[in-house]
Amino acid sequence: MNDFSGAVLKIDSEKETVYIVEGIRSAMRNDLKRRGMVVGISGGIDSSVTAALAVKALGKERVFGLELPELHSAKETIELSSSVIKHLGIESVRMDITPALQAVGAYRHYDDAVRMVIPDYCDGWKSKMVISNIFDNKGFSLSSLVAQAPDGSIFKKRLTLKPYLEIVAATNFKQRTRKMIEYYHADRLNFAVAGTPNRLEYDQGFFVKLGDGAADIKPIAHLYKSQVYQLAEYLGIPEKVQKRLPTTDTYSMLQGQEEFYFSLPYPIMDICLYAKNHGVSPAAAAPSCGLSPEQVKRVYDDIDTKRSTTRYLHLKAITLLEIPEITG
Amino acid sequence: MQSAVRETITKIRKFILENFMFTDDEAALRNEDSFLEKGIIDSTGMLELMAFISDEFHTTIDDDEIIPDNLDSVNHVASFILTKKTGNI
Repeated sequence: MNDFSGAVLKIDSEKETVYIVEGIRSAMRNDLKRRGMVVGISGGIDSSVTAALAVKALGKERVFGLELPELHSAKETIELSSSVIKHLGIESVRMDITPALQAVGAYRHYDDAVRMVIPDYCDGWKSKMVISNIFDNKGFSLSSLVAQAPDGSIFKKRLTLKPYLEIVAATNFKQRTRKMIEYYHADRLNFAVAGTPNRLEYDQGFFVKLGDGAADIKPIAHLYKSQVYQLAEYLGIPEKVQKRLPTTDTYSMLQGQEEFYFSLPYPIMDICLYAKNHGVSPAAAAPSCGLSPEQVKRVYDDIDTKRSTTRYLHLKAITLLEIPEITG
Repeated sequence: MQSAVRETITKIRKFILENFMFTDDEAALRNEDSFLEKGIIDSTGMLELMAFISDEFHTTIDDDEIIPDNLDSVNHVASFILTKKTGNI
């Protein structure tokens, strides 16, 4: 009889909160030796829960929120991030990073890259990057550019090497600019900087190196996204934030995390990731995922591929000789 | 024909060894090694390989041809290129 079900992701939210609160306090006391925490608040579930846990651990006076919207941020982003800040009662600053991104040419580089595949792309157009469907791509994940003209026409082109790399490089400016500002405030306040990835994102390399991947502490990186939602409910995160669909909030066209990177809805990815991590066979995991065993095997393989491909994102700088005085 | 096969394989091997493996040790790469399974090439690397095939061999790759049977080893790539050029394996 198959005992495996999605219920394995159910957590005791109260116990988990106590565990994370103690973990934050211990890290601050023993390792980071900072006075509080800076959290970039995006209006999404992960940063909201991270900030709420930081407030529980350190007190609201020791948590500083940053709202860092830009030209392509969704309309509802500010309303949602504001609601979280108000709910938590923390001090915060809102800074539109569009001028900074314009100054480094982020939007220009992006538009130039898109025009390599869609020459008519210009003002008034919108676009996003999407990944090939995991069950259709026969072994290679390939990205395409989807663009929408002002009259609503949609165009989709597979990305070749140069435009793909240019688009990724240009959009990475957004996460890196935000992290630069987080560290400015952390330095002036003598605070630590929180990273807000959940386990799925952390495991699968869904972050920008030295962008949202940079942090002093990542309090929810061990939690599957489904579990982050459970904590959000327990912590009383505003309901609109809880109901918001996971988005990259990076491109001018609305883009879900599923179509950009994961290929499957996060509840299914969570179950597959958990199952794989615990040695559950594809056949045993399949019913809980609503997939065939062959499809689960394909997901397992893709998890391994992404881990391998993005391993370098987790690496510290490599020194050619061990420096034991530092690495201990 | 055999010299065309040898020349194609030599060029592919040189590209893989230099650009992905940073070695000129021929023993580091067997022609039948799976790029994916051995972790030699990732998905971005596949784009580089496709660009190389296009530039070096003037061979276009249609979307439905982007499959492991055509791209996942030196042998597969050579076979794909030669098939596209001559219609024969």
